[in-house]
Amino acid sequence: MEPKATKEKKELTVEQQINRRNFISFTSFAVLAGSAFGGWRWLSNSPQETAGITAGAKAPLRRALNKTELIFRNFFSSNHLVKTYPKSRAAKHVRVNSDIGIEENKKFDPATWKLEIIKKGGEVLKITLDELKKLPKTELIYDFKCVEGWDQISHWAGVKFIDLIEHYHLGEYTQMQYVGMETPDKTYYVGIDMPSAVHPQTILAYEVNDKPLPWGNGAPLRLIIPVKYGIKNLKRIGTITFSNTRPRDYWAEQGYDYYSGL
Amino acid sequence: MKVIKEKHPLLMRWTHWVNFPVLTIMIWSGMLIYWANDEYTITLFGHKFFSFFPEWFYRALKIPHRLSEGMAFHFLFMWFFALNGVFYILYSIISGEWRELVPKKNSFKEAWLVLLHDLHIIKTAPPQNKYNAAQRIAYTAIIVMGLGSLITGLAIYKPVQFYYLTWLCGGYHFARVLHFVLTLGYVFFFIIHIVQVILAGWNNFRSVISGFEVINEPAEIINETSIQPSTANGTESN
Repeated sequence: MEPKATKEKKELTVEQQINRRNFISFTSFAVLAGSAFGGWRWLSNSPQETAGITAGAKAPLRRALNKTELIFRNFFSSNHLVKTYPKSRAAKHVRVNSDIGIEENKKFDPATWKLEIIKKGGEVLKITLDELKKLPKTELIYDFKCVEGWDQISHWAGVKFIDLIEHYHLGEYTQMQYVGMETPDKTYYVGIDMPSAVHPQTILAYEVNDKPLPWGNGAPLRLIIPVKYGIKNLKRIGTITFSNTRPRDYWAEQGYDYYSGL
Repeated sequence: MKVIKEKHPLLMRWTHWVNFPVLTIMIWSGMLIYWANDEYTITLFGHKFFSFFPEWFYRALKIPHRLSEGMAFHFLFMWFFALNGVFYILYSIISGEWRELVPKKNSFKEAWLVLLHDLHIIKTAPPQNKYNAAQRIAYTAIIVMGLGSLITGLAIYKPVQFYYLTWLCGGYHFARVLHFVLTLGYVFFFIIHIVQVILAGWNNFRSVISGFEVINEPAEIINETSIQPSTANGTESN
């Protein structure tokens, strides 16, 4: 190693090089680690979002959920079907995880129940269960997935949502962005994006395991939507609405992702 | 005299240190999610040896009743985890660094000798370049595991849209088991990794921040090696 005399500046010794590079890299490391920690502090101390259609999440995390929804909506296709199973795989005892909106002490008479579809201008289309049962029946045996992490293969039957739409000439409403569904007492409610609602496996179910829905599974009519977590599968449907903005959604108000798509 | 020997390229150091906090957040938020259906146990012959996780563990880490929060964190930091991994893999392929990383034909045999050496059973370790045989296997495995977490994660995140991934992972239920087991794998890796880093010492640790190691080489030897290049440090034996 001969020192080169071409430059005025003295070349650094190995020791100096080591110190110099250590100083630069450790300083950068400390600055980056510090800003990462600062970023984490900012995120964990960030305020809750302003309560509206969605609520209960930290504001930046809600923004991230909504952005992530937009990205994953690109992967959605009505040709992507949930896996179906033979009848023998279906659970005999279908899990009842929640009774919000259908609590036993609530007044409810299944005999006088009618599905109400709110049309433009406030006109209400009322449909009885017998009328629904006259439409083509669709059976679906699939793995029901709960946001909590459990899943259960279960056997449902009812009317495809898209069949209902077509039969009652509601096709123009599918041009809108969202479908809202609420229980008759309006204490449980979900909002579903239109592509998921008109997915060929989305059904309004009135049977489970070939029998009419029991109270706990959402009698007389419930939503079964395999492209969503269980939280969107509303039991005891009272009203159906259409809108271009997000309808209110029970769990999206509790910090959960509005989309909750699978 | 002291010589600087380049070891870790900047991008390797960058992705390593980004991955550390990101993976920590993913594991933590993953536990917030897992708590809501904490069904996994170690059960042999009908006897439950351990259940994931004990109550005291949940309480100590303030895990209960935070499912929605866990999901919100998990589905934000998954982007950083995935992108960081993609950067690392792309870089390794393009730069050719992967040659220093992936196990060679004799690595599995050699790794055993490395283990015996590390346990002070034999005196000499096999010659190595950047990584020894055991490191090649471990560090490649951790990259494959990362890819596994991404795939099993997508398989349980969008099981209908990415049905082929769910199928690949043996179904929704099993994909969730794999996703969990991989996480246990990270924790196991982390423990070994920390012990090894401490044992390897400062020079090795610094190289993951500064990029180089300092080697003491007597001047005469440097001259000799220039004449007889095969005698001194690590020539690849293949």
